[in-house]
Amino acid sequence: MTITSESTGDASSMLHPELCADHDEAPTSPGGRRLDHAEGASKPMRSRPEPQPRGAKVNGNRPIDQAEAAARFIAAPEHEKMHDERLWDLRQKRDREMRHIPEWEELRSLASAIKEHTLTHLDDYLDQFETRARANGVHVHWARDAAEHNRIVHGILSDHGVKSLIKSKSMLTEECGFRQYMASVGIEVVETDLGERIQQLDKEDPSHVVVPAVHKLRTDVAKVFANTIGTTPDNSDVHYLAEAQREATRPLILAADAGMTGANFVVAKTGTFVVCTNEGNADLSANVPKLHIASIGIEKIIPRLEHLAVFVRLLSRSALGSPMTQYTSHFRGPRAGGEMHVVLVDNGRSERLGLEEFWTSLKCIRCGACMNTCPVYRRSGGLSYGATYPGPIGLIIDPTFNARKYSNLPFASSLNGSCTNVCPVKINIHEQIYAWRRELVKRHEVPLAKKAAMIAAGELLSRPAAYRAAIASADVALAHLPRFVIYNGLNVWGKHREVPHPAKHTFHSWHQANRGDRL
Amino acid sequence: MRIGLFIPCYIDAFFPKVGIATLDLLERFGHEVVYPRDQTCCGQPMANSGFNAECAATEALFVRNFSGFDYVVGPSGSCVHHVRNNFDAIDQGAEVKEVRARTYELVEFLHDIQKVDAFPWARFPHRVGLHNSCGTLRRLKHARPSELHEPFFSKPIDLLSKVDGIEFVQPARPDECCGFGGTFSVFEEVVSTKMGYDKVSDHARAGAEYIVSADTSCLMHQQGCAERIGVPMKFIHIAQILNGESA
Repeated sequence: MTITSESTGDASSMLHPELCADHDEAPTSPGGRRLDHAEGASKPMRSRPEPQPRGAKVNGNRPIDQAEAAARFIAAPEHEKMHDERLWDLRQKRDREMRHIPEWEELRSLASAIKEHTLTHLDDYLDQFETRARANGVHVHWARDAAEHNRIVHGILSDHGVKSLIKSKSMLTEECGFRQYMASVGIEVVETDLGERIQQLDKEDPSHVVVPAVHKLRTDVAKVFANTIGTTPDNSDVHYLAEAQREATRPLILAADAGMTGANFVVAKTGTFVVCTNEGNADLSANVPKLHIASIGIEKIIPRLEHLAVFVRLLSRSALGSPMTQYTSHFRGPRAGGEMHVVLVDNGRSERLGLEEFWTSLKCIRCGACMNTCPVYRRSGGLSYGATYPGPIGLIIDPTFNARKYSNLPFASSLNGSCTNVCPVKINIHEQIYAWRRELVKRHEVPLAKKAAMIAAGELLSRPAAYRAAIASADVALAHLPRFVIYNGLNVWGKHREVPHPAKHTFHSWHQANRGDRL
Repeated sequence: MRIGLFIPCYIDAFFPKVGIATLDLLERFGHEVVYPRDQTCCGQPMANSGFNAECAATEALFVRNFSGFDYVVGPSGSCVHHVRNNFDAIDQGAEVKEVRARTYELVEFLHDIQKVDAFPWARFPHRVGLHNSCGTLRRLKHARPSELHEPFFSKPIDLLSKVDGIEFVQPARPDECCGFGGTFSVFEEVVSTKMGYDKVSDHARAGAEYIVSADTSCLMHQQGCAERIGVPMKFIHIAQILNGESA
């Protein structure tokens, strides 16, 4: 008997062909060097690319049907396969990084403890940050909700006569519907993160908190760019597309009147904040224009700089399986002649902090590891959740924004618990998903038919004689048992899989016949 | 020891062999194994859907059936997980607490309580892929899950490696969920079955003839998926192998 303790999958064989650099084999210059010019590396895309499945249908306050959107994603097999394998590859890389750090589990416990401490002393640390930041020459604003955030930022931009704004990726601004708001007041926003820029150009939300366009094949990106920045429609070479986007966006960056970033961490004692990126785009957003605005959720705070070390070691390893982000930039105050504003945003966080079963979801550092490992997310695509936050962390955060609209999400989980195990700040995600199901039933946010079926099941299962009569024979059992789980009257079980084979007898009747004397 | 045999509803109805193997196996070790005839279910289907109050009468019945045994043993990880970790629709009196604490999943019982060192009657000359259900892996902690940086251990592997002739194969994603997930299997049936297709295909690529598990519910789902997409795979509960069933 032999079994290896670690997964031994060859990394390259795990990659979907979509990810393999097949176009890297050619062309080369006569000197053997790969041609730098992006057009030179281009290859025509396949003849009929699979259309990109779109996300959940959003209809006001009506519950998002994640299962419906997920089914459409699975019905696009090239997308589903690429998505599953690309994210599973990130999970594997995360595991490899983890194995290089003997104190990994200790780091997770530390990170969790630091966050829990800070969250339970949030007012003190926020005060401390505000005082220090003001002393550093930073303008500090407080926003109660999304609308106030948008108004504050708009006010700052108006004061400076800003017509164009460049910004790096920030889930908080997604929460606030910031781009739509800016469009309504006539200020042009240019996303500087490549994935986020793709999503902006496609008028689509990010599908993942770290890799926002991960659900797109390069043929999808080629289509978006062809329609928006004028690339050749049938050229889906990634070098060509990246280069074309760079050429199109750089002039906008250089000409922008103001820059905006989020923040990954805020340090109370120093009054500084830290932004982590791999593209350096936050540094462009922050440093090219003279005006820098940072929108920051109040839960991002940590007490001291030494605590940052714990999180920096965990963040990128958990997110992408790389030891560090390429850029970890500390911002302390405005440059000479410039201005720096920080907007500290609540937008439901204080209320969440008061929820006994769910407050620890505020520990989240938005690494996306729970999405990468989630077998449901990988097969559904992030847009199927129809919410700012997809995947496991989304299932427990989204209902705090709108319990009716996101009432289906906590059920979009097999409760397998892998999310909890990869979480670098040890949020008990799967237990909170389970707790949200109870909470939604308490708040009457589940379908009545389901409730009726569950009440009926509860009554049947608590009355042995009635239960035995109901499943007296195996044939009858087959007809009745699925009722425990089926509430819409259709045989959903058998749609895409076979039903269990009927047994000749139940265990109960076998026992009665063979061991009846032991009653 | 006097053991209460806990046979979950779907095993009773669809997989009586698993129940019989569990009973036989426990009796081989000389225990008095009692099957309380009024048992139905642990309440998990309602609880997993958020309907905790609707479990109360079923949980009370479970306690009435299983009170007073040295141990309660059942061949189903998720049901045991429910009893031990989520069974809180009824008042937690001394009797309830006692029953919950004494309820064990079969592998745990054999490994931790019985501390079995040999299954001389068992022989299984086949290539098997082990499926640790999420309930046994991440709640009952049968084994080290791949996400954690902890020393490797696996109680089912410890037990199965005492079976003559058995050979293990390693799928590429050894502890990925198979997509059963209780009510999830119908609530999200498309995602659930896609996960099942991927799971059985992974084991097939690794060369498994059998998928073995301590959770029949996962196997029921995987079997349905394998049959639908034509993957020639056989499924067997760990109790059947440990009891000497030779396929």
